[in-house]
Amino acid sequence: MRPIRAINAFLIAAVLVSMAASAVTPKQDPKNLKGAVRVDGSSTVYLIAEAVAEEFSKVAPGVNVTVGLSGTGGGFKRFSNGEIDISNASRCIKQPEIDACKSHKIEFIELPVAFDGLTIVTNKGNTWAKQLTMAQVKKIFASSETAKTWKDVDPSWPSDVIKVYSPGTDSGTFDYFKEVTVGKEGKIRADISVSEDDNVIVRSIEGDKNAIGFFGFAYFAENQGKLNAVPVVNPKTGAAVAPSPTTIEDASYAPFSRPLFIYVNKASLAKPAVAAYAAFALDNGAKLAAEVGYIKLPTVIYERAKANLAASKLGTQMLDENGMERMGILADIYK
Amino acid sequence: MHSLGARAQSTTRTRTPGEIVAAATPTSQVGRRIVDRTFLGVCIAFTALAVLLLVILLVSIWQDGHARLSWQFLSAFASRKTEEAGVRAPLWGSIWVCVICAVAALPIGVGTAIYLEEFSKRSRFRSFIQLNIANLAGVPSIVYGILGLTAFARAFGTANSEDPITFGQPESFFYLQLPFGHGVLAGGLTLMLVVLPIVIVSSQEALRTVPGSLRTAALALGATQWQTTWNITLPASIPMIMTGGILAMSRAIGEAAPILVLGVPLFIRSTPTNLMSDFTVLPLQIYNWSMRQQSGFHELAAAGIIVLLAVLLTLNAFAVIIRHRLQRANG
Repeated sequence: MRPIRAINAFLIAAVLVSMAASAVTPKQDPKNLKGAVRVDGSSTVYLIAEAVAEEFSKVAPGVNVTVGLSGTGGGFKRFSNGEIDISNASRCIKQPEIDACKSHKIEFIELPVAFDGLTIVTNKGNTWAKQLTMAQVKKIFASSETAKTWKDVDPSWPSDVIKVYSPGTDSGTFDYFKEVTVGKEGKIRADISVSEDDNVIVRSIEGDKNAIGFFGFAYFAENQGKLNAVPVVNPKTGAAVAPSPTTIEDASYAPFSRPLFIYVNKASLAKPAVAAYAAFALDNGAKLAAEVGYIKLPTVIYERAKANLAASKLGTQMLDENGMERMGILADIYK
Repeated sequence: MHSLGARAQSTTRTRTPGEIVAAATPTSQVGRRIVDRTFLGVCIAFTALAVLLLVILLVSIWQDGHARLSWQFLSAFASRKTEEAGVRAPLWGSIWVCVICAVAALPIGVGTAIYLEEFSKRSRFRSFIQLNIANLAGVPSIVYGILGLTAFARAFGTANSEDPITFGQPESFFYLQLPFGHGVLAGGLTLMLVVLPIVIVSSQEALRTVPGSLRTAALALGATQWQTTWNITLPASIPMIMTGGILAMSRAIGEAAPILVLGVPLFIRSTPTNLMSDFTVLPLQIYNWSMRQQSGFHELAAAGIIVLLAVLLTLNAFAVIIRHRLQRANG
């Protein structure tokens, strides 16, 4: 009987120890997690969410993560209906969407995951367009005031015809560029060469002295030696700033950079699978965002987001008391 | 062959004055033949053009995508890495919704057609229904998506989607819930809405081709309306009804818009196990891949199209086999 008793005692001790351990760290081993995580929203953030979900399913194979791409607005609609656990957004939540959440008694935690940045590029031989103001960008790209030659943009520039290249009009990159340059209602000029493949844009601009185009910053970073990134004059400060991870992080490169968010339903956090997924997204967001073409946030913001997630800090910090979007450096706004 | 037959006929029967004149003047005879040949040539040219376009499309897709086709492509889930990505989830999702759509749409559609053609009297009510079906056939499929979302996924907002009425456990194969949510059943029924007008109209056409004398003969022998329909009219029109059904299913499996509106996810690492399971479909995955920037995803999209075509042809082959069986049974 003795050995059996000893085993019993050992087992009881083991159970007690494991209970104590679980009381200290409520996190389960992700391998044993079960359940579903429903994610929907922006097609821009989809690329990050897909990468996060793929990696998460490797560490937590029992969890069924589904990611949709209804768009930021569509995602918030489903989020406020309580249909999904996490909403992906390529902008911060708006006041009407907050009201919709309130009316359905949905509380949320706001977590930034990455930056999205656009780069305007020219040929290496373009010696005149050293910088562009937003008014000049509009002159080149908007359908309302199309400049035919460089001279139309600035009288001191050559009178050669401008060739404009752009990513596909269905892409998130194009939508974002259009919104910043001409607004939601405006139109980009029709006589642009469109390509779904960024490689083609790089090659076209590389071979044409009078070409100009744009694409995601991460893609430019891969092709840095071949093209010029044009510094854009920040409308607030008046200084021309070239895009780089530093200038995008400190928001001096504006307006062609924006933070991307995920919004987590507080009620869903009670599900261990959702809590684990959100934490995983913040732990691995920097690496995966860079891998799929976005720019990682400063480490301090990931730390704050993790703290906010752990403390379930509710509501948005991106809007002021009047429901207007706060402007400035993300690190100053997001606490 | 046709022109020969026509001439052989014209020699045997008595000629009208016009034909006698035409035969007497050889130039107009030649002219008529030239017109005849030209028309035949034009018809062949247009048919060839249609086939040629199809061949060009298939060849270019095959060239883009065949290198990506492998067992791994069929058995892997979606991935951000092109070499690891596969269509397992959308492939099974498409098969599930297509089968559900067929099981739901064919009985309802054929039943409606039988009622309208065989049972209903010519009345204002009937022409009202007929008009509506014709109109519904022209409604863009995205509208059906919104209807499906409201009716099936959200049950018109009457049931709380947070706390659905359930039947069975989520793991079991017979699990059901109300509202249906965004599972394969909601997807299949939404596609049913899309194809129902097509099934009804084509089945009506099929029933109309059955000669009235067959019906009259059956009725004269004392058969009831139902006996006539079940034993005479329906068997005679089944091959055409099946053809209409095949075309409708082909449309259903290729639809992306109504499924997208339904709010189904794209990234999913499981295949359906019951009617409430989450799913995604091939057209959505193909659309997403073709929108990506890297060319590797465009090859995946082409490979996805090949898989979609293969699934479609397989389902059609099944329908053709069933059709032949039925025809032989009747013959």
